[in-house]
Amino acid sequence: MNPQKRFVWAFLFFLPVLFVGVFFYWPLLKIFSHALDGERINEFWSYLSSKPFRQIAWFTIWQAFLSTFCTMMLALPAAYLVARFSFPGKKLFQALTTIPFVLPTVVAAGAFMALFQRFGLDQGMFRLHHTVWALLLAHIFFNLAIVVRTVGSFWAGLDPRVEEQAKILGAAPWHIFRKITLPRLVPALAAAASVVFVFCLTSFGIVLLLGGPTRATIETEIWRQAVWRGDISVASVLAVIQLGAVMVMVLIMNFLQKRQAVVESKVELNPERASRKLLVGNILLLGILVGLPIVILVERAIGVGDGYSFQNFSAMADRISLVPLSSLAALKNSLLFAVVAAVLAALLGGVASFFVVHGNRWLSNFLDFGMMLPLGVSAVVLGFGMLISLDTPPLDLRSSWILVPIAHALLGIPFVMRTVIPTLRRIDPSLRESASLLGASPSKVTKYIDFPIAFRALGVGAAFAFAISIGEFGATSFLPRSPDRLTAPLVLFRLLGAPGEALRGQAMALAVTLMVITAATVILIEGSVFKRETIRSDF
Amino acid sequence: MLRVENVKVPFDGTYVLNECDFEVGEGEIVVLLGSSGCGKSTLLRTVAGLENPESGKIWWGTQEMTEVPPHKRGFGLMFQNHALFPHRNVGENIDFGLQILRMTGIERQERVDELLSMVDLDGFQNRKIGSLSGGEAQRVALARSLAPKPRLLMLDEPMASLDRALRDRLLADISELLRELKQAAIYVTHDHDEAFFIADRIAVMHNGKIEQIGTPSEVWSNPSSEESARSMGHENFIELDDSGRCEIGQLGSSSGIVLIREDGLSIVPEETGIKGEVISAVFRSGITLVKIRVGKIELSTSIQGSMKVSEIVNLKISDSAVVALS
Amino acid sequence: MKKFLLLITVIFVVITVTTCAEKKDDTVTLLTHDSFWISEGVFEEFTQQTGVKVEVQMAGDTGQLLASAILTSSNPSADVIFGIDNTFLQRALNADIFAVYESPSLSKVSEEIQLDTQHRVTPIDFGDVCINYWIDSFSSDLPPPKNLDDLIDSKYSGQLVVQNPETSSPGLAFFLATIAEYGDDWELWWAALRDNDVTVTSGWEDAYEVEFVAGGGEHPLVVSYASSPPAEVIYAETPIDSPPTGVLTDTCFRQIEFAGVVNGTKNQEAAENLIDFMLSNTFQQDIPNSMLMFPASNEAELPATFAEFAEVVEDPYMLDPEVIERNRNNWTERWTQIVLR
Repeated sequence: MNPQKRFVWAFLFFLPVLFVGVFFYWPLLKIFSHALDGERINEFWSYLSSKPFRQIAWFTIWQAFLSTFCTMMLALPAAYLVARFSFPGKKLFQALTTIPFVLPTVVAAGAFMALFQRFGLDQGMFRLHHTVWALLLAHIFFNLAIVVRTVGSFWAGLDPRVEEQAKILGAAPWHIFRKITLPRLVPALAAAASVVFVFCLTSFGIVLLLGGPTRATIETEIWRQAVWRGDISVASVLAVIQLGAVMVMVLIMNFLQKRQAVVESKVELNPERASRKLLVGNILLLGILVGLPIVILVERAIGVGDGYSFQNFSAMADRISLVPLSSLAALKNSLLFAVVAAVLAALLGGVASFFVVHGNRWLSNFLDFGMMLPLGVSAVVLGFGMLISLDTPPLDLRSSWILVPIAHALLGIPFVMRTVIPTLRRIDPSLRESASLLGASPSKVTKYIDFPIAFRALGVGAAFAFAISIGEFGATSFLPRSPDRLTAPLVLFRLLGAPGEALRGQAMALAVTLMVITAATVILIEGSVFKRETIRSDF
Repeated sequence: MLRVENVKVPFDGTYVLNECDFEVGEGEIVVLLGSSGCGKSTLLRTVAGLENPESGKIWWGTQEMTEVPPHKRGFGLMFQNHALFPHRNVGENIDFGLQILRMTGIERQERVDELLSMVDLDGFQNRKIGSLSGGEAQRVALARSLAPKPRLLMLDEPMASLDRALRDRLLADISELLRELKQAAIYVTHDHDEAFFIADRIAVMHNGKIEQIGTPSEVWSNPSSEESARSMGHENFIELDDSGRCEIGQLGSSSGIVLIREDGLSIVPEETGIKGEVISAVFRSGITLVKIRVGKIELSTSIQGSMKVSEIVNLKISDSAVVALS
Repeated sequence: MKKFLLLITVIFVVITVTTCAEKKDDTVTLLTHDSFWISEGVFEEFTQQTGVKVEVQMAGDTGQLLASAILTSSNPSADVIFGIDNTFLQRALNADIFAVYESPSLSKVSEEIQLDTQHRVTPIDFGDVCINYWIDSFSSDLPPPKNLDDLIDSKYSGQLVVQNPETSSPGLAFFLATIAEYGDDWELWWAALRDNDVTVTSGWEDAYEVEFVAGGGEHPLVVSYASSPPAEVIYAETPIDSPPTGVLTDTCFRQIEFAGVVNGTKNQEAAENLIDFMLSNTFQQDIPNSMLMFPASNEAELPATFAEFAEVVEDPYMLDPEVIERNRNNWTERWTQIVLR
């Protein structure tokens, strides 16, 4: 490879590395070194070995495991539906499952609480409010999309004739699933589970609002210690522990993923039409889990006095004296940030994915692991880290608006990688070899083969990054911002933070608008632009 | 023009190519024949540059190719599963190599049309890959690999996934096309019918080595070993005792295995001293394949007309059809 | 390929340059919390008077604001900090993040809310955290409670929502009110309140917007602000004549918000001018509508709805900031044990 080409490859490799290094690892390093005080080690140790902390740690872990398990269980039927069948409204269905992702946790928590109230689930024996069940339900609500999509799209690429063969040989459906399908699904299951687990482990708003004051996880503890007790050192210690747990989990999952990445022949038969039972069953299940809270939100948005009206929506263009921005202006900000974040995530995540799949083992592991970590770090600690690290020119970005999409991109990159990497890995090597023999140099092979084929996965990942950015509240709230750069979730929070029905109604209207925009964008990105080529199978 | 010299490619503790020597002349079609696992695909991939030999050299003419990366060798490769790019249509697939060569749009268009004609797929430019039948896909794959005028074309069991009728037709077309273009080619297969049909020379491979190389009739008439003979479709192997005898008679001078070629084995009405019982008679396209048992030996041959099972027949074996193998 | 990379580099450079070029010399930066706002035009007047523009940076809630300020104290990004309240004041003073400035406008402000005699901070506004009650839930048969003692009466069992003082600012304020009232006996009172079936939430939002009757819940008593009833009128969905809620004035804790010049600022003069401006009538009179707080300046007039419906509490509970800071962590820990376990 000539030096010029080598330079280009190195440049591309360092792009994502530098980005994550400067905006994630360096702030993290700074805050840890600033806060971790060697003198207080004994104090830290006694705090960590105290009973309250052990209870917190234990709760954090088991609720994350349980949430992940339940989410996977409930998402599998939907993933199956999406993978193997066609049915009217399929795209809408997929977009709908993504909506919870966008909702700021405040709003979702409110929707759930309203749900419990409506169905009498907040009194007496069936009190779901402030219980672990509420937490679980909310976690499932948010994370369903991740599993349905990741597992669903992977499943769609598995050769169905293997299962058909087993059926012909007389195996029962459950047996087939357990022995034949499940083992082959492991890479996608591992990928999805790792992300869901990390989210549930570091979940903040949901634990705080739905779990109530008696439930604490490490994440809420970090916030409490840093902000309310003013003890950033203890918070940092906790953040290190949390990060450690995340790292272990990610390592395990990565290991599971790689072991089973078998290249199956890229076969795609026309998907069957879904049987009514399957369709209805799924829709019912997801309708209840995902649809009900959304419906409640909509109801609150249009309910005015005793009747219904759209005045909350039309008021979105007005400025209220309590809030620096009209809801509309905040939406515009959110959209702008989301686009920047999605583009950054797609670019950097795409490049990193390529190196993970085609680099040597050390490079691949290093990148894969390093880029995933931002998902597992406490937003509090990262936000503070950015404050004390990005404070000297030319990187004095503390007060700059660009920090918000950057933080969002850090969260979006792992998603892009999780969708692009399996796709790249599944590209039949004979395609790349053919291209090679037709005269394409390695970079041309990437350009003409890898890139177009992975483009669709890139789009799906970017859509995820977009959705995350729009609804993101944690990191955003820990970064200082100027009033004209408030995002929709921040304005939403502000609206909910003052008394008055009108404010509440407008908050709901904003939430509903956020949902609609995201659903529309997601459908758009994934729908028409990316057509899949099918290969007839007659051999 | 192509010379493979002493190439060794390791795999999993052993060598899949073990001191392999091989040559392809200008405009020549050489078939690599052998059963699965003998290393023929690996040899092909090594020549293509997709595998790196541990030792040995590869030459094209006077230019050493061993270190040259695959995309610079000027060789073409056609896979069994056609490996057409799913995100491009037929015309764009064929166009791929031409794009790399930076031909102008018009030149490329002309060449694509030309190639589509060559493979009898006129008008298929805008067809999607997914809509092609197996045979059509292979034709497109062929057109694609021929487009950039490769110095050497390699075909890795291109017929393996097609049905019989398709195979025969496609084989005929490919053979005709390659000869017309005077294209040097290496054709890998395990099917001896294919091999004999298309080859200028056949190289019989076994255990990573080229056992025997020669024109089809040379090779068929005088296989060098039992494995070699088997890959060519020979079936009549007889083990001789220490004095060279077997139930049929004295076929050699010492112990070993001999082959009785079918062209020297016939059923005659007169008494020959060798009698056998027909144990199976299968009709196939105008001839009957018979299996005859002589003592413990089973022989196969084909005859015109029909035969009944358990008939007793007289066998005549010509001396030239007995080949000693070791 | 090369062109593509060039494009990326150019974009990157442009972004870096534009974001860095945002600092100007004629700007004073005000770091505050998310509840801060002031009407358009108010800061324009400051700019007209002094020629300096005001750049606002919002940094989360009060706790976050303080934590950020302390973290960045060696390289501060702001010139003035506004929004530290009396419950956090001592922590801020201990961290030495403010520079001394005695504003001449302090003459407009009552003595009792000038909590820092060293003038490192200046009071700008105040609010009262009080129990709000839903008027229609009470009648002559069951009148609303009058004071803290009433709250533990069994006839109000299960009606009160409070917030966790460890995670909520009004929650903390209310807790401090009970300490101011009962001294060391606060533990007994809270134990009795727990036995009286009090509901605890993590923050104001889920207390007021979910549990309280106004938000659709079942509880007619909630810890909120004295400014909440007028807000209910201003921000009602359909116009109403009077607020649906009232305030129990004997349960109130005063929260005072301060502004201060940042220690190490490069814009000392502009910062001081800004503090003076924040005590001016233009600024002070905008505070109720923009932030639902009461102006510290005695010269400021309240807007109509506030004047009509807001109760300015006469004798609210207060605690010395130093006492608060010294004991707060211990208090909240014991509170957690008593009320939540």
